[in-house]
Amino acid sequence: METTEIVDLITVVIDGFEVSVPKGTLVIRAAEQLGIQIPRFCDHPLLDPVGACRQCLVDIEINGRAFPKPQASCTIPVEPGMIVKTQLTSTVADKAQKGVMELLLINHPLDCPVCDKGGECPLQNQAMSTGRSETRFEGVKRTFEKPINISSQVLLDRERCVLCARCTRFSEQIANDPFITLNERGALQQVGIYEKQPFKSYFSGNTVQICPVGALTGASYRFRARPFDLVSTPSACEHCASGCDMRTDVRRGKTLRRLAGDDASVNEEWNCDKGRWAFKYVTAVDRLTHPLVRNEAGVLVQASWPEAIAAAAKGLKSNTSAVLVGGRATHEDAYGYSKFARIALGTNDIDFRSRLSSDEEREFLAARVVSSTTTYRDIDRADHVVLVGFEPEEESPIVFLRLNKQVRKRALKVTAIASKLSIGVEKLKAEFVKVAPGQEAAALSSQALTAQSIILVGERACESAGVLTAVAALADSTGAKIGWIPRRAGERGALEAGAIGNLLPGGRPVTDAPARVDIAAFWGVPTLPAAVGRSSDEIYAAVNSGSIGALIIGGVDPLDSINSAAALDALDKAFVVSLEIAPSEVSARANVVLPVAAITEKSGSFLNWEGRARSFDAAVHDSLNRSDLRILSMIAEEMGAELNLGTVTAAAKEIASLGAWDGARASMKPVNPTVASTLSGNQFILNSWRRLLDLGTLQKGEENLAGTARQTVAVISPHRAQAMGVADGDLLKLSTTHGSVTLAALVEDIHDDAIWAPRNSRGSQLLVNLGAGHGAVVTVVKL
Amino acid sequence: MSALTPVLSAHWDEKDSFTIEAYTRHGGYTASQKALAMDPDAVIQLVKDSGLRGRGGAGFPTGMKWGFIPQGDNKDHYLVVNADESEPGTCKDMPLLMANPHVLVEGCIIAAHAIRAKHAFIYIRGEVTHIIRRLNQAIEDAYKAGHLGNGVDLVLHVGAGAYICGEETALLDSLEGFRGQPRLRPPFPAIAGLYARPTVVNNVESIASVPAIINNGAEWYQSMGTEKSKGATLYSLSGHVNNPGQFEAPLGITLRQILELSGGIRTGHSLKFWTPGGSSTPIFTDEHLDTPLDYEGVAAAGSMLGTKALQIFDETTCVVRAVLRWTEFYKHESCGKCTPCREGTWWLVQLLRDLEAGKGTEEDLAKLLDLCDNILGRSFCALGDGATSPITSSIKYFREEYIAHITNKGCPFDPVASTLFVGAGV
Repeated sequence: METTEIVDLITVVIDGFEVSVPKGTLVIRAAEQLGIQIPRFCDHPLLDPVGACRQCLVDIEINGRAFPKPQASCTIPVEPGMIVKTQLTSTVADKAQKGVMELLLINHPLDCPVCDKGGECPLQNQAMSTGRSETRFEGVKRTFEKPINISSQVLLDRERCVLCARCTRFSEQIANDPFITLNERGALQQVGIYEKQPFKSYFSGNTVQICPVGALTGASYRFRARPFDLVSTPSACEHCASGCDMRTDVRRGKTLRRLAGDDASVNEEWNCDKGRWAFKYVTAVDRLTHPLVRNEAGVLVQASWPEAIAAAAKGLKSNTSAVLVGGRATHEDAYGYSKFARIALGTNDIDFRSRLSSDEEREFLAARVVSSTTTYRDIDRADHVVLVGFEPEEESPIVFLRLNKQVRKRALKVTAIASKLSIGVEKLKAEFVKVAPGQEAAALSSQALTAQSIILVGERACESAGVLTAVAALADSTGAKIGWIPRRAGERGALEAGAIGNLLPGGRPVTDAPARVDIAAFWGVPTLPAAVGRSSDEIYAAVNSGSIGALIIGGVDPLDSINSAAALDALDKAFVVSLEIAPSEVSARANVVLPVAAITEKSGSFLNWEGRARSFDAAVHDSLNRSDLRILSMIAEEMGAELNLGTVTAAAKEIASLGAWDGARASMKPVNPTVASTLSGNQFILNSWRRLLDLGTLQKGEENLAGTARQTVAVISPHRAQAMGVADGDLLKLSTTHGSVTLAALVEDIHDDAIWAPRNSRGSQLLVNLGAGHGAVVTVVKL
Repeated sequence: MSALTPVLSAHWDEKDSFTIEAYTRHGGYTASQKALAMDPDAVIQLVKDSGLRGRGGAGFPTGMKWGFIPQGDNKDHYLVVNADESEPGTCKDMPLLMANPHVLVEGCIIAAHAIRAKHAFIYIRGEVTHIIRRLNQAIEDAYKAGHLGNGVDLVLHVGAGAYICGEETALLDSLEGFRGQPRLRPPFPAIAGLYARPTVVNNVESIASVPAIINNGAEWYQSMGTEKSKGATLYSLSGHVNNPGQFEAPLGITLRQILELSGGIRTGHSLKFWTPGGSSTPIFTDEHLDTPLDYEGVAAAGSMLGTKALQIFDETTCVVRAVLRWTEFYKHESCGKCTPCREGTWWLVQLLRDLEAGKGTEEDLAKLLDLCDNILGRSFCALGDGATSPITSSIKYFREEYIAHITNKGCPFDPVASTLFVGAGV
């Protein structure tokens, strides 16, 4: 539905060549269109022009009137009748640029041989193109102590800094975290942090990436490699559903850093710190490297691949089996699990939702989300965005950046329906509709939206009954679009692949006979199971009640379930085949453990929340580990079923040729919201979400990253705090019948009935500690 | 003293000149009453007709600047008075505010009415505590007398002592509570100035000149000065002269005339070089004694009228030493935003120190000039340009003296000879 935008073109002459560019284009970028590279430092296409470094000076005349002095081409938009002479055709511009370059270097330490940036440094490169071979400066250079930490992740070398203000502008304009600024003046000017506010931004790594010199470096990469020793592979981020384009840099088989890739339609040139700096889990010492099979003595011992495959096949074949696949599988792997369940196991008992979920959600996904086409571009054009069950900064940071961009650019109206006013929502200047946990649905119905509006629904929406029903009703009555944004990178792909009990691949409803025939014919099997499959929680329950005997599980943490005790019991009871990269609660209880390739070791794709494919190649090639898909094919073959998915390419081809379902969509049964609980004296309703930086398994071993995580606190409203005599920092004990957790109080804007705590942070793992996530009644006592 | 035309300085010699009583006694606050009864556009037209040009240095026509403010845009407009007088040698606004703060207050009332602003701000440098007190008292008295607070509010904002905050956009940043650094233009302050609203930024003397124009008319003002530089202005004479101070005269007067009026160069000495408008304006020598001190005359002779800060140096002064001191000032005051000014002044000082100490070479002199060429017109604002003016102009007129430092391997001057205490038996 892309419409062509009509743009006014302006024709200018640069170095004798005509070029027509849209009105508003800066001279420096018009020159790029002609392949004329004007040197620059402070200029960045996604930041507001500042004109500070003066490196891009050119001569300009407009309709015969020449500017008396060279102008910064990064600050001047093209105008009709403009004639530009760059360093290539103007001796004045050339001398001006060379003069600025010489000045930039007089106080620069020239320590390229020990600088991380050396080899990929714009200052180094442009000093070669625009600088002198020998300096004329014989004086004393300005010196600083080097480097200093501006956060646990980012180090600042003030001597190398050219004061281009890219980092400070990024933090202020893009991330809306103005925690760094330029201090002092003259040659002593320097980037600094505030005394009382550290540089705790979820997006701080971007400042390292856009620093045009080696002034800002990442603590975990510093001195690890030279750029020319690295092998770079385009990749995609596996941390969330935003779908960032990435670059993975590997040295001798080891990932040393990851950078944000450039995709204007998704992440532009940014990513979050988790995506950038959480990758060591792949190389953690405890990776599984060999298949394991539980012997007769009940001990897991190393086995050969054929042995392990045979044991897995035997166990699965001799039981009623089900599939649990975590939300981190690639689209292709999820397709493999989906096909495996139907063909090898003959069941629809498969669920990718290894988290809190509901039947309402499953129907909502089938009726509203699968094959849907809401995109970032819709956010760019929206007149109003409503957030429900969704904290963009914590749960999908690039969606946050996109919202922030539109809020800053055109004051996009954002409404957040939530119990607690979060930092991110505050930064978006959003209208905060404060509701008690569980009462979100009622607030939705009063939203006045149009067909230009978007409702962004997080995966947590399923935790309050009736919310998704209300979302669907609101979309129907107003024409607003729905964007469902799960946390995990693989969920949308798994949904499209049919790794869920009510859908076959391509959004085909399981209950729709023609849809089943369609897929059966495509897969070359006579029939497919017709009964709607069970959800994750139902599958665990079925194991515990004896109706399911075996499970094949990939990338699932049973502690993410609302009833983790039941999940662990089921794992103990069932015959479990575990496909894992590292030992886990599942592999410890498994009968057969099959090591699989981590994300950097295989190719594949994720579908981000938009449904957009984010494909990637293996960055590390010498891994012996196989993809889930390959292993599933081997087990299926051993079981006598033909999966025919030996490679990722084969799966991708099969998915592509499958096509979308053109029949009727599944419908959803409306669900009523639960009645608000009546609370007595010290009772509260729990509200929680996962923070971006927390105890997530993919953040293991990243101490520098953890250093910028937000504090673990329990948030309580001023009114309730006063009633209980609670002040900031007082310890609060939150308890349920399941257990308790003790946290420091923070008095903030939250619904009086609610208490908020992070779901999976240090000292606050609510699913394990309280057996509750959202909406449960907890008793709070001041200690 | 017939060449002098004291208007602003007419009553400075009265003991109570700074009080509201004295100001009222001499017809103060009648101009504002008159102006408030006029249509704002008529006030702007009157100021345009008078030919008043900005007294902060650039000489931009004041009425035209007011006319740039979009009218009927339903936005707040602001008047900001630049009282951040910090240029070495410039000392006109501070004596003016010390002696007669009310003329500025009244000027603000008139200008705010003309540009349809309800709020006016005076941004004053932080070091001048005594003047801040006087201005605060004047504002308080004007509120009590009902001149302020009935349509126009006036706020005095005290800066923290940064030369760059005299640059109008840096001033606005500082006034908004940010670190003072010049802003990218466009948008110009007339479109998006203070708090992104249409704003007029005027020098103290420009605004203070307005009440007299309202009272006496455009023709009266036009009758003074030269063809394109109308009116009278304050010339600040300082340095090696017998009677330093403020001399209010029509534009176009020459230094020779001012020296004659004031009592001349320090007795027994002769003029060596001088600045026509503060340290940022290229220096003049005794060749320029008859240059008319108006915007066009000074520009034609290769300098700028600037703030009419006539700093006089006699033959005892080492020009290299004087230029080095100025350059150290610019290095200290460079805001750091742009490369040429930030790094350039850092380097200039080192080169000049070597030259003054006799450690330089003729190549260094060439390097110095080339460096100035790489700073002039390459920096973000005029601070960098100003830093090069004393250097290039002094080398133009006194190259031999620079060479003498090199060949002598040291400064040929006795620094004591140029001091005031020489011969005082200290």
